[in-house]
Order: sequence, then C-alpha cells, then structure tokens
Amino acid sequence: MSEIDLRRRSFFKTSMGAAAVAIAPGILLFDTAHGKPPAGDGKVRWGMLIDATQCREGCSDCVTACNKENGLPGGTSATAVQWIRKVEIKEVSTGRKMSLPMMCQHCEKPPCVDVCPTGASFKRHDGIVLVDRHLCIGCRYCMMACPYKARSFVHEPVTDQNPDVPRGKGTVESCTLCVHRIDNGQQPACAESCTNKAILFGDLNDPDSDIFRKIRSVASVQLRADLRLNTGIRYQGL
Amino acid sequence: MSAHPPMYFKNRLYYLLIAAGGLVALAGLYAVHLMEDHGHVITGMNNQVVWGIPHVFAIFMIVAASGVLNVASIGSVFGKTLYKARAPLASLLSIAMLAGGLSVLMLDLGRPDRVIVAATNTNLTSVFAWNVVLYSGMFALVAVYLWTMMERRMNRWTKPAGFAVFAWRFILTTGTGLIFAFLTARQAYGSALLPPMFIVLSFAWGLAVFHLVQTILYAWNEKVLDPAIMQRKKNLLGVFIVGSLYMVVIYHLTNLYFAQQIGFQRFILRDGGVYPQLFWWGYVVLGNILPLVLIYWPGLGRTRCIFSASLLVVLGAFALLYVFIIGGQVYPLDIFPGYEASSSFGDGQIASYTPSLHEILLGFGGLAIAFITTTVSVRVLNFMPQDKHYITD
Amino acid sequence: MKLFASLLLCLWMPMALATGMTVPKLDIGKGGQCVEDAQWMRKNHMDLLKHQRDDTVHKGVRNTKHSLKGCIECHASTLDDSVTARADSFCVACHRYESVKIDCFECHSDKRKSAWLQRNAK
Repeated sequence: MSEIDLRRRSFFKTSMGAAAVAIAPGILLFDTAHGKPPAGDGKVRWGMLIDATQCREGCSDCVTACNKENGLPGGTSATAVQWIRKVEIKEVSTGRKMSLPMMCQHCEKPPCVDVCPTGASFKRHDGIVLVDRHLCIGCRYCMMACPYKARSFVHEPVTDQNPDVPRGKGTVESCTLCVHRIDNGQQPACAESCTNKAILFGDLNDPDSDIFRKIRSVASVQLRADLRLNTGIRYQGL
Repeated sequence: MSAHPPMYFKNRLYYLLIAAGGLVALAGLYAVHLMEDHGHVITGMNNQVVWGIPHVFAIFMIVAASGVLNVASIGSVFGKTLYKARAPLASLLSIAMLAGGLSVLMLDLGRPDRVIVAATNTNLTSVFAWNVVLYSGMFALVAVYLWTMMERRMNRWTKPAGFAVFAWRFILTTGTGLIFAFLTARQAYGSALLPPMFIVLSFAWGLAVFHLVQTILYAWNEKVLDPAIMQRKKNLLGVFIVGSLYMVVIYHLTNLYFAQQIGFQRFILRDGGVYPQLFWWGYVVLGNILPLVLIYWPGLGRTRCIFSASLLVVLGAFALLYVFIIGGQVYPLDIFPGYEASSSFGDGQIASYTPSLHEILLGFGGLAIAFITTTVSVRVLNFMPQDKHYITD
Repeated sequence: MKLFASLLLCLWMPMALATGMTVPKLDIGKGGQCVEDAQWMRKNHMDLLKHQRDDTVHKGVRNTKHSLKGCIECHASTLDDSVTARADSFCVACHRYESVKIDCFECHSDKRKSAWLQRNAK
C-alpha cells in the first residue's frame, strides 16, 4: 500500500466521520423541527365528578345518550363497542349496593399513552385522552394496559358515522369526553342527559367552576387511586 | 424395490414438503384476508380477550427465535467447539422463526395496512416501539453473523458478531417480557420477574426447537450424531427445563403471597377450568416432568427420547403461553377491591374465549413461513453441522 | 438500439390510449366558489388533509375553512348527499382515475352533516 493510498483512505474515513457528526444532531432535532404538539399551558383540565349516590340501578340514560351522540350501535355482546357502561357493585363484607357509570378516566399519567407504539393514544393539552385514529394500527396494547377496561376495539366495519365522530374498523377507541362538543363550548352528552344530575362536568383548574368547588368540599375518590394515575374523573359516595 | 434411486424420493418429498408448507401459509393468508374484510368479529377475540391464539403462536416463535441462538452463543461467545459447528443452523432457525412470529403479529393488527405508520411514528415509552427496532436489528445482526460464519474471509469477525448477537437477543427477550411486565393494571402481569422468566424460557424452548430440527436434518442426510455430543446437548436441555420451571414456580409462589393476588392465583391454578388443566397437565406434566424423565431416567436418553422430550417441551410452551396470555386476560380487572362488580362490559366476570379457525390458521401460517424458510435454506446452503471427531474437554 | 425501440413501443401504447382520455366526469355537489382555487386544491388537498388533521386532532383547532366536514358539506352530491357513493362522486371519480386509494372514509362519514342530522334527528 503506497503512502498516497494510506492518506487517501484516512482522509475518506475522517470526512465520513465528520459528516456523520454533522448530520447526527440534525436527525435528533428532526422531531422538534417537525413540530410535536405543544405540551400545553396546563390552564384547563377537563374532569367530571360523578355522584354515585344519585345513580339509580337500572337507569342507563348516560349510556343511551353517549351511544346516540357518538353513533355507537349500542350492542352489549363481547365484541360490541362500549364507551360508557353502568357498573353495579356490591360490597362483599356489608352487602351495600351502588351503581355508577364508568368510562375512560382521562388519567393525568395514562398507561395507554405510555404503551402505544405509534403515539396514536395521546393526551391533549386540556387533559382529554384520545386515540388519533389516523395513527392507530389496532395492536390493542392500550386495551391490555388500561386499568379501567375503558377501551374498545372496533371489530366490525362501521357505516353511517356521525360526521363529528369519525370511527372505523380495526382501530381502538374510548370515551372522548365528547371532545367535539367541548370544543364547541358544550357539555359531554352523558353529563347533559343524566336525569339525576349525577355527572358534574367542568374545568378542574378553574377556581370559579362548580366542580372545582365541589371536589374541595365533598369527599370523592379516584378509582384505583393506588396506581397514582391521577384520573380526571372522580367518584363521590363510594 | 423400485428402479428409482433413493435420492429421487428425497427430491419428491422435499417438493411435497415445500408445497404443504406453502399451502398452510396460504391458508393463513386467506384467514388474514377474511379478518381484514369482515373485521376481528369473525375471530374469537373480543373486548375482554384482546390477544388470542395468534399471539400465543407469535410469542412462542419470537421467544424461541431468541433462545435458539444460545447454541450459537455458547460457540462464539464461550468458545465451545461443538457449538460453533452448530451456530449457522441456529442462526438460520432464529431468522426463520422471527420471520414467522413477526408475520403473525403484523397480520393480526387491526390495520395491517398501517405497518409503515408503525415503523415511522414511534412513541419512545412504548415497548412495542422499541421492538420495531429490536426485531429489525435482530434480523440484520443475525444475517451479518451468518455471513461472518459462512464467508471464510470474514471468519475472524465471528466472535465480535457473536457477542453483538448475544447482547442484542438478551435485550430483545427482555423486551418481550417487558411487554407484559409493564402492565400494572392486570394481576397476571405487572411483575419484574417476567423478563428474566422469558429469558430462561427462551433457553429451553430454543434448544428444544434446535434439537427437533437437528434430529430431522441428520435423519434426512442419513448421518448419525456422535453420542457424546448428544449427551452434552440433552443435559443442557435438562438444565434449561429445570431453570424455566423454577422461574414459573417462583412467579406463582410470589403471587400467592399477596392477598390481593390470591383470587387470580386460585383461578389460574385451581378453579379456572381449562386454564389450570392446561397449566398442570399441559405445561408442568407434559412440558416439564415428562421431558425430564425422558432425559435423565437411566436407560433412556437416546435420540428418540430426546426428540420426544423436545417435542413435549414445545407443546408445553404453547400450553404455558395460552394460560399466561389468555388466562391472564379472562380474569377481570380488580377495579373495586372488596366489591363484587357486574356490568354490560364484563366487569367482575371471567371472560369467555373460544379460539376460532381463523386464528389457528394464522398461527399455523406463521409456523409454515418459518418452516419454508428453514427447509429451503438448508437445501440451498450448507447448514449441516460439520463436526470434527469430538474430544471431550 | 433494440432496447430503445422496444421501450418506445411499450410507451407508445398507453400514450395513444391516454390521448383519447378526458378528465373524469365529476359530480361536484353544490359547486360554486371553493374556499381555494381549484387548481391549488388539486395540488394541495392532500397536505391540508394530512397536516390540518393533526392540528385538529391534537390541538383541537377546528378550522371551518379547511375542515373535511366543510368540504363534504359543499361537495357531497345533491342526489345522495355523499362524496363516495357512486363512481362519479366527488372523491371517487378522480381517485379512481388516478388509481390512488383513499383511506379516509373507513372512519369519516361521507355524508353531508346536515343530511345526517336530518336522518338521525337529535
């Protein structure tokens, strides 16, 4: 190997290395440049306070309203999509019975967001946990991870969707807190339809809101609070 | 006595095997087509049991794909000659099973047409996203490793490549265990013991698959495996079986200690119907005790016994994965501790799951892909272990 | 030389067929003035659909000028209120001609919102 060849080879190697070092930071900044959504100013956090003592066994007005608003077929088979459901619970040691609606708890630290491989499951800046169905590949990992069994997989082709609520086969979905209504200044369908006024919806961060004041005066709990997910939905009377 | 030489029948049989494998793979693809057309409603999976038979098959193949490389690692990393000769075959099996397992996983997605989305949008906190990198990297690394072994001029790179593969597959199998370990929500999962458990399981399952393939390969080529080599390999299998049984026992024992887990443990070990039966009879007896007897009982332990033992280990693996993956999902979430719950969405109830033909076809389709890859490769390239006369060390 | 000739022959046939083709017949629904110039739309509607949707889903920006619902409101056929129902429907005609599959309507409703509301009276 002649002297000239050796130097040419090392020149080539050095310049490749330099090029890699020059490009590498750019690749790392790719995401930043392409604009990840802002972390949010954290000013608004939507939540609900559900008064289980006002909830009647056998009443499912909230479920009916949710199904109607979101264009859900309303079936209850094992493969049917349910965004909200009424759960009847009975305390084993005392026999006391209660009834309450359960939906996506819109956690502050959602396990479903952590496990989603594509980032389809995400938390919006105002606290609502949603599925971006453009990104969802239907792997159902979020369904495994959810501690509240909030998510449903769409097992069948969907037709005649509500134009405000796009949903389709092969993706996972759950309660959106009626985000299309909230963005319009309205309340979620379940909160509006409850005849016993058991569901109070509002901004958990707004000192003037009813929910802000109420959760500071009455006892309420988060479900599976030991998991420390800080859910946006609280239950009173459990 | 026919006029044809024996090779004639072997050729015919080879093409028949490829055709059979191809048919099974096609059947699997057809099942996927139906699932895409009609939705997952035609499968047995539902909103309670979201991962079913396809995942049982896929996870077996992926875990075994990682474990089969043990044979290669003992050669390249730990320097044992008789394993070095087997490293190419082990690497081939790894690639084949990884391909089969990943095909099943990707085709079972709700939107398999969005695999490109999965590859380009990654959420760094998701184990699945890591796996996209880990699995594709695995393919590349094992291919490079194979190349260093088969290309004589690259042989001096075999050891570093072997190290890289060794490290990568540990991370990969840890990743597979972490898929479940990170699920704090469910009583069956959410345990730090799962990644090491999966690693040890991979050792046993990978070696069992290797035994099966090696025995068939030797029989096809009318060669005899040196009994001394057979002895070493079978003892290794025995050790791995004991190790994996230990991990599973510890997993259940620690669970039994927690009062909040006792309900689930009672279900999976005693009251759950098909699940305890599969666990005890399928996994413990058929998948562990019987193979151990076949390996260690004096008077037994020759080729046919080892072949049977390996086959039983594989069957036991499927039983364990069925109990782990599906049994873990049918047990309801404990959202209201101390309460009995019921709802229209299966709260508080043991979910029901019946495997459907589509899922079984998809699972076998994945196995067929691995089978075809292996069969064509051993025919086209030289994967037969070339043993020098074995000297015990 | 032979290669060049055969290549030319291969290209001649589709070109000859294409010269006879006209732009596909399209049912533009209500028609009228689009929010953007038609040629701009032809070139850029896919960008709007891809980037605007991320703004809408992730940030809640519901820009009525460029929303999908807004497009459908005008461009759904006046006969069946849909943009995909027939071969000459607004989205289908050009996409079928260009052979570009559209995934939108797996999830999105192809119907005009006002028509959907009428049928599913709230």
